[in-house]
Amino acid sequence: MGLLSKKDAVLITDPLLDNNPITIQVLGICSALAITAELKASIVMAVSVMFVLGLGNVVISLMRNIIPSKIRIIVQLVVVATLVIIVDLVLKAFAYELSKTLSVFVGLIITNCIIMGRFEAFALGNGPWRSFLDGIGNAVGYGLILVAVGFFRELLGSGTLLGFKVLGDPIEKTGLYAIGYENNGFMLLSPMALIVVGIIIWVQRTKNKSLIEEN
Amino acid sequence: MGLKQNLHNLKEKYKGTKMAPAFNAIHTFLYLPNDVTHGGTHIKAADDLKRTMNIVIMALIPCLIFGMFNAGFQHYAAIDNSLRTDVLANFFTFDNLWIGIIKVLPLVIVSYAVGLVVEFIFAVIKGHEVEEGYLVTGMLVPLIVPVDTPLWMLAVAVIFGVVIGKEVFGGTGMNILNPALTIRAFLFFAYPTWMSGDKVWVHDAVNRVGTADAISGETILGSYAQSQEVVYSTWDKFFGFIPGSVGETSTFLILLGAAFLIFTKIGSWRIIVSTFLGAAVMGFIFNLIVGAEIITESSKFYGLMNAPWWEQLLIGGLAFGAVFMATDPVTAAQTNKGKWIYGFLAGFIAIMIRVFNPAYPEGVMLAILLMNVFAPTIDHYVVQGNVKKRLKRTKVKTA
Repeated sequence: MGLLSKKDAVLITDPLLDNNPITIQVLGICSALAITAELKASIVMAVSVMFVLGLGNVVISLMRNIIPSKIRIIVQLVVVATLVIIVDLVLKAFAYELSKTLSVFVGLIITNCIIMGRFEAFALGNGPWRSFLDGIGNAVGYGLILVAVGFFRELLGSGTLLGFKVLGDPIEKTGLYAIGYENNGFMLLSPMALIVVGIIIWVQRTKNKSLIEEN
Repeated sequence: MGLKQNLHNLKEKYKGTKMAPAFNAIHTFLYLPNDVTHGGTHIKAADDLKRTMNIVIMALIPCLIFGMFNAGFQHYAAIDNSLRTDVLANFFTFDNLWIGIIKVLPLVIVSYAVGLVVEFIFAVIKGHEVEEGYLVTGMLVPLIVPVDTPLWMLAVAVIFGVVIGKEVFGGTGMNILNPALTIRAFLFFAYPTWMSGDKVWVHDAVNRVGTADAISGETILGSYAQSQEVVYSTWDKFFGFIPGSVGETSTFLILLGAAFLIFTKIGSWRIIVSTFLGAAVMGFIFNLIVGAEIITESSKFYGLMNAPWWEQLLIGGLAFGAVFMATDPVTAAQTNKGKWIYGFLAGFIAIMIRVFNPAYPEGVMLAILLMNVFAPTIDHYVVQGNVKKRLKRTKVKTA
């Protein structure tokens, strides 16, 4: 990447795999379990978090020298809340059905641990450009897992992807259903999301042994 | 002799390589190993893990054979109801057994084949010996699913149950949940239309929906839940001439198995007795509630609450769960006092789920899984209680 120095590029690439917010830091699990039954919802959630985290990191970073440290959590909350309300209203205006699927979880982006975590850990101590990269990097890392989980859950649970019936029609018995395949209803329940995340963590740590914690 | 020698040679040849556990497992499963321990004294007990597992399997065999006959009997009796008037004459027929052979045996074969392949793969990758835990699980699984369960579903569930229920925790002996019940729970939540309702318990009922030959095989629990009259006599329920999962209908044969397990000291009688006790107490409480007219016929719980408490012990999978599932030594409580608490709560909660949530007719599975999770907690408090009691005793003495 000619655009970014090596030091800056790490900010984006590191959270994608070796320091992934979900699989390594185990943050933001709640939303990963709640809204990943459909791929579309996962993607929208990922984009929303990217917007909030990227912009929020920049805002906090710009204000980092004037925020009194005693009330910094309140200030951070105000910033996230503002951004989340923007996302919420935009969704309600342009994708009403989807905003109903996501229901309270858009509002709950405020409490997404990743966001406050990055504000605290990074934006308060770094300049706006680096904070922006860090925010985008973490949001993409989060989004990657969300999309992966959403992909498997929607494909195996409903037999669709983004609403398209990729495995055939379960009622008319076409495609795979003609030979007796059935959708796995368990995939649509939240416990299965936890298990899918667990499997991703398992695969990742098997490939990269240095990630396994000693206890 | 030839096979044994060949296996021994193969074992020697592959010693220390990745495939060694696979040959070793087949060899020790079929034969006594050639090599014995040299020097030093060692515990002289014949019941290693493989023998233990074999005894449980022996206890299960009557249930399996009965289940094979019952699969056919329920099928023909659903078509021609007059067969039920003389059960004994119409039960042990070759026609019945044939349906068992074509429907139940494939379940057993798939369960074992898939499960053991997963076990072998894990043993080879992780470089440990193949563990015997699946020998019992593989026999339990076909006995607790409906007879028409598609084989691929069973295969998927077995892979899930063995990998997620057992191997990720470190294999046999390390699992938190009973693998057989994990497999059953997976099937239940993943493919509910194949696991509950009135069409899945009798062979061929699903295919005949909407045709002139449609047959229905409502289970007793299903009939109670809808406050319908139950057509089976108490002896039918006790001996198991009723629709249900393959091997769990006959309380009589399950109790025989229980006697065998208790006699060989493999199953814990404390858990078996306390599970039945817990279920009876809960059933009795419900009877009292109905007796006191707190719940009337208009309530949707009336049918199941009104079932006599002793009947709650005969129907559904309670007996099978109490004898073969709750007693799993890995996932049950380990302390004697803990076993009483564990079993009692398992039975108690099983009947509670059964009555209050007719959508989950088999509360036994969920109750035992729940108690599996709590077993270590129960043990912890029992042990702490003992520690405290003994500390108190020493203090009194020194004072």
